[in-house]
Amino acid sequence: MSSQALLSLQGVRKSYPSVVAVDDVSLTVVPGEIHAVLGENGAGKSTLMKIIYGAVKPDSGHMAWNGEPVEIDSPAMARRLGIAMVFQHFALFDSASVVENMALALPGVFDLNGLAARITEVSGRYGLPLQPWRPVHELSVGERQRVEIVRCLLQSPKLLIMDEPTSVLAPQAVDQLFDTLRVLSAEGTAILYISHKLDEIRRLCHRATILRGGRLIGEVDPRQESERRLAELMIGRDFPETRRSATAVGDVALELMGLSVPGDGPFGTTLEGISLRVHRGEIVGIAGISGNGQAELLAAITGESTVPDAQSVWLSGTPVGRMGAARRRRMGLVNVPEERLGRGAVPPMSLSDNALLTGHSQSMVSRGLVDSDETRAFAAKCISGFDVRCGGPGALAQSLSGGNLQKFIVGREIMQKPQVMVVAQPTWGVDVAASALIRQQLMDLAAKGVAILVISEDLGEILEICDKVTVIAGGRLSPVREVEQTNAQEIGRWMAGLFSNEGSSEATMGQAA
Amino acid sequence: MGWRLVPRSQPSKRMLLLAPLLAVGLTLCAGVAVFASLGQNPLTALRVFFIDPISDVNGVSELLLKASPLCLIALGLAIGFRANIWNIGAEGQMYVGGIFATGLAIHFGESGGVWLLPAMVVAAALGGALWASITAVCRAQFHANEILVSLMLTYVADLLVKYLVFGPWQDPNGNNFPFTVQFDDAALFSLFASFGWEWLEGTRLNTSLLLTIVAIPVAWLFMEKSFAGFQLSVTGLAPRAARYAGFPQKRMVWMALLISGAAAGIAGASEVAGPIGQLNDRWTPGYGFTAIIVATLGRMHAGGIVLAALLMALLYLGGEAAQIALQLPKAISQVFQGLLLMFLLGSDVLVNYRIVATAKGPV
Repeated sequence: MSSQALLSLQGVRKSYPSVVAVDDVSLTVVPGEIHAVLGENGAGKSTLMKIIYGAVKPDSGHMAWNGEPVEIDSPAMARRLGIAMVFQHFALFDSASVVENMALALPGVFDLNGLAARITEVSGRYGLPLQPWRPVHELSVGERQRVEIVRCLLQSPKLLIMDEPTSVLAPQAVDQLFDTLRVLSAEGTAILYISHKLDEIRRLCHRATILRGGRLIGEVDPRQESERRLAELMIGRDFPETRRSATAVGDVALELMGLSVPGDGPFGTTLEGISLRVHRGEIVGIAGISGNGQAELLAAITGESTVPDAQSVWLSGTPVGRMGAARRRRMGLVNVPEERLGRGAVPPMSLSDNALLTGHSQSMVSRGLVDSDETRAFAAKCISGFDVRCGGPGALAQSLSGGNLQKFIVGREIMQKPQVMVVAQPTWGVDVAASALIRQQLMDLAAKGVAILVISEDLGEILEICDKVTVIAGGRLSPVREVEQTNAQEIGRWMAGLFSNEGSSEATMGQAA
Repeated sequence: MGWRLVPRSQPSKRMLLLAPLLAVGLTLCAGVAVFASLGQNPLTALRVFFIDPISDVNGVSELLLKASPLCLIALGLAIGFRANIWNIGAEGQMYVGGIFATGLAIHFGESGGVWLLPAMVVAAALGGALWASITAVCRAQFHANEILVSLMLTYVADLLVKYLVFGPWQDPNGNNFPFTVQFDDAALFSLFASFGWEWLEGTRLNTSLLLTIVAIPVAWLFMEKSFAGFQLSVTGLAPRAARYAGFPQKRMVWMALLISGAAAGIAGASEVAGPIGQLNDRWTPGYGFTAIIVATLGRMHAGGIVLAALLMALLYLGGEAAQIALQLPKAISQVFQGLLLMFLLGSDVLVNYRIVATAKGPV
């Protein structure tokens, strides 16, 4: 790859009032290469990508496009040059449909029907199924990311920036996406690929630029480096490994018996006859592509939505289907939601107040009044116990990075001394070090005899920490397997809905044979 | 060339607190322009409007008399507003509170003892809460918009008052005027002047002020320190987090509306059993609506609401003074109220957003 640089950056710097996000970073991208940008959360990857995409203006430094100096002052200009970006945080209009959102990003006259047909075609080709006319607010996080990816592919870009694109894809779809990316690369499209998944980077990328704390650490050929070495370069210290100690499995703590829930709204997923047991001391993982009923299942388990049949959800031997979330919490059920800001935490409130959100039963309230000393002490303990990097119990939830907020929420829930813990996407968008800590905490908790259910789209994570695995697809649950007795291929087939419920009494045939 | 508003990443906390002061300053500036355009000497007019009304004991007592119900209603409203439950119908809840208090007053009038006044206050609180509970049912059970329901119920309450004072409760010796009999002493709040404090002689300030003085720390405690207040704040700031934590949504709606309704009802009793001394068809200068401005201006905090209530009371008094001394129209008070609210909301927008010039249309 000795051709002339498509894009080059020299000494780019961007500082915010409290932090230097990107500090004197240089980078070249040549046509046709797949170039990884590696770094922990807060290393400056996203800021650097936004500078390239024209969404953030650098304080200093030079950029050149095809050898010509250029100042990219808006995303529209970036798109005119041929730069497309799949954002990690989605910039979609909730009230508009998928096709309308895409039309807004594309130049030229609106032809929604023609565009809808193209979307169906392109999304089908890359294994990213989308219904063009669905309003975006009804889509799950994973489906929204799919919209972003397809939107970029529609523009036939010269440089494609992908910020953690595979976190919501099934293994086959990842392979398919990689094939697509390799084809694009062979056609001369350069790809900037941001991911925490080191194995993917080693499989896919030709070069890797490593950032740490906003600074350029180095450039390596990821195909020549071990995963461990890459991780060490990225976090600058020895890579913590998660360890699973053997656990004695106890009695059933959480049981679903033929749970059926009609879908909410015309595009909601209907849950059909879901049966599952989680014993004390074990971690059960539910894999599956976002939008297959995870949100509905989580709501039915936590009690955010109740079900008419009390007998379809059991907690520690009590039918709880008709109990609300507060009562189930009092029975020792805690949960960590997928959405951290706005659901798991109140953004403009302090960590102390966010501790109170679900920790109020831990002697924080007496005679209706909040004991602020107790609340602050709880938050401080959570901050130190779970390595939350922040300004202390008074720091606002919205000021924390995603990984640190997730550590706080996981810690807060664990500190409730639960019987059952349900965690959705425990490490989605969380950097390697924080992910390892969170996974270790979950495994330690299981070792103490807590029943844990993990709903995750990250198959690697499920295979790493869970004892048993099952897959949700189309609102139905696949058979449950011991992790050792299955493999990525089988789970991938299940994700596509290819299974029959051999374990349940009402056996149903797989839909899409 | 165009302009657009871009959210600030970190709105300044200090500016958020300074915004009300800025709005007051801008209102004064605009007031100068308004007075000048009406042919008045602006400085004289401002003195008449803002200084003269509170330059003696009587003036200050009138200020407190008007600020008291405003403050009481606004404290109740702020509790609901924090949960994004917008009770716009405090005016109607105040009417119904007044009706309930009046019912006891004219029924037990002569036979009433010391128990009568406390009973009237309790009845007024129940009446206001009852009226607000209609809105609560519509919102909690049928997902109706509480702004519309509570606002429209105000007009129903107004007609209810009219029906009573033109009909069954009309004073038989009142020459067919629309008011009830004057309440007996047992059904009236005592004047402070009647306690033998000479310097208060001639003022209308009465013991209903004590209700507000007690309500201020109670409301502060509820909003800032109680778990229920915390739950309401979470419901307003992040409704999904409230559902996640299992806070009962319907109970939040009920609590917000019942508390604000009861506060408005008590304010109604403090009026009919205070300076008015009867129920008639035009006894309120719109306290229930003005209290919405008071709650907003006071930033939904107890201390801020006290100051904002005093300011809005001053606008009422200034408006009356301007009518008498300068022959300006009565609407001048509402002009000032409107200016103040507009400047406040405008300041709030600029605290949270900045204006960015765009070369072309929106990108």
